[in-house]
Amino acid sequence: MAVLLEVRGLSKSFRGLRAVQQVAFEVPEGSITGLIGPNGAGKTTVFNLVAGVMRPDAGEVRLGGTRIDGWRPDQVCAAGVGRTFQIVKPFAGLTVRENVTVGALRKSNDVSSAQRRADEILEKLRLGPKRGMLASSLTLPDRKRLEVARALATRPRLLLLDEVMAGLRPTETDQIVAFFRELNRAEGVTILLIEHVMRAVMALAQQVVVLHHGEVIARGEPAAVVRDPAVLECYLGEETEV
Amino acid sequence: MIARLLEGVPRRGLVLLGLLLAALVVFPFFASGYLLTVGFLVLYFAYVGQSWNIMMGFAGQLSLGHSLYVGLGAYAAAALYVHFGVSPWIGLSASIAFSGLAGAVIGFLAFRFGVAGVYFAILTIAFAEFARIGFDHFAWVQGSSGFFLPVANYATNDLWNLRGSPTMFYYLMLAMSAAAFVLCHALVRSRMGYYWQAIRESPEAAEALGINVFRYKMAAVVISAAMTSLAGVVFAFYYNNLFPEQIFHISRSIELILGPIIGGIGTLVGPLVGALLLTGLAEGMREIMLQLKVDVPGVKQVFYGLCLLLVVMFLPHGVWPPLARRLGLERGGADGAARADEGKP
Ligand SMILES: Nc1ncnc2c1ncn2[C@@H]1O[C@H](COP(=O)(O)OP(=O)(O)OP(=O)(O)O)[C@@H](O)[C@H]1O
Ligand SMILES: [Mg+2]
Repeated sequence: MAVLLEVRGLSKSFRGLRAVQQVAFEVPEGSITGLIGPNGAGKTTVFNLVAGVMRPDAGEVRLGGTRIDGWRPDQVCAAGVGRTFQIVKPFAGLTVRENVTVGALRKSNDVSSAQRRADEILEKLRLGPKRGMLASSLTLPDRKRLEVARALATRPRLLLLDEVMAGLRPTETDQIVAFFRELNRAEGVTILLIEHVMRAVMALAQQVVVLHHGEVIARGEPAAVVRDPAVLECYLGEETEV
Repeated sequence: MIARLLEGVPRRGLVLLGLLLAALVVFPFFASGYLLTVGFLVLYFAYVGQSWNIMMGFAGQLSLGHSLYVGLGAYAAAALYVHFGVSPWIGLSASIAFSGLAGAVIGFLAFRFGVAGVYFAILTIAFAEFARIGFDHFAWVQGSSGFFLPVANYATNDLWNLRGSPTMFYYLMLAMSAAAFVLCHALVRSRMGYYWQAIRESPEAAEALGINVFRYKMAAVVISAAMTSLAGVVFAFYYNNLFPEQIFHISRSIELILGPIIGGIGTLVGPLVGALLLTGLAEGMREIMLQLKVDVPGVKQVFYGLCLLLVVMFLPHGVWPPLARRLGLERGGADGAARADEGKP
């Protein structure tokens, strides 16, 4: 399988705090890859470096072979990367449908076709009945789904999901897991997901990258990685949802 | 085109708009000379409020220096007319160019170097102040002693040179306000309108969705500045005198943003409602005071203050949104979809 996202020697410090150190991994085209690790491991920072929110201190990010580190977020999006925010950032004063339409406009010729695309996505994510509501009136799990809907509307090749299942009930988790699997299978969207809900990671990911203190401590198949002594060590004392 | 514009607009809203327009059209037939000038002011403030609202209401960029664009627009067209006899209809292209350029410079400096929020607002004030001081010493337009246009002959209406009666100016301002209303309606539902609102709500999320935030903020400033400058052209030819100390003054910038704030920031009808309330009632108050022979200076200012206070306290989103709900009209946004189920699970 061709490599869609390649990260090499990626490092970022915040005033001396080394949040991400020499991180390297690959996301094969068409795969679902999990990025896990305890709180503060640097997972979200990796996303921000890939998505162009921050510039890495060192290292490179390649998308389909092209270097994208240092690009602006809108340029990274235009290159085919959609991302959600762990701390959700809905367009609070706009309706759910308007939120998603903004994303859909990127690949639509006009507003009405963007609205149609938004409706389709909302339907699939079970937000259809809420499309007329203001985003500010959504519950947190719904806001997370809205994040996904908005990112998907830009028709990304690579979707970066940052803890979108936090706070979902088990049945809801199963639903969204099924949704992502179908999205990956039918539309060929490559997914890199940060997730604490191990049940979801085990169900979805073909490959897992484990971060700890900003460093990659393990990579491989999910079943093997969760038995890795180093991984067990770093999660010791951590509350993990299995 | 027309069908596209009307899409999703509630019928009741159209009827009310039609009635309002009709009332404004016939107003001069019934209004006295004084009332006509009040009507002109209402439309003037509705127009500049609408223009300011593009920046603040749609794109979320607070400008406290819009007097800059009024002033540049006024001086450009007036100077071309007085010095070269150029019709204001041609001169307005210079007004648009200068104001648009000024907006672009301010926007570039601010948005390139991450000046945002109140700091951006202060930058807009600073530029208006630069202009005020600069024009005080600008001899070509008589500096601080004031620039005068030859006073109009009210016997004939010369629309080409904007020399004529208050009625002519009233209708001109009405046409401009109506055009601005339709333009803003179209803008807010366009791709750009969606992008502006996204930037207003969350610039980070907007960027992540592929929006070039810098470009669209620039567009908002330049369009708003250009539209505002046209009000300056009318101002110059209506009052026939321009003083930098007045036209560029910060109190003018504040005055023109009160309408949309009172009416409802980010709404289409808000600027008109606010202008109507503030100008109409303030002038009405003055009239009543005159009749009652109460001679208290500053009544208008006190009234403005009171209005602002009441609205801020009881109607934090302005007068129009709750009024629209009362009238059975949905909140005016980019999307025609019903918001009736707003807030319900
Ligand atoms: N913008 C920032 N400024 C300063 N420090 C930051 C910033 N962003 C992250 N950090 C720090 O970098 C470290 C890694 O944070 P990051 O958010 O990447 O962790 P994470 O793995 O996503 O954790 P979580 O599971 O809690 O979301 C933390 O110590 C955090 O406090
Ligand atoms: Mg995180």
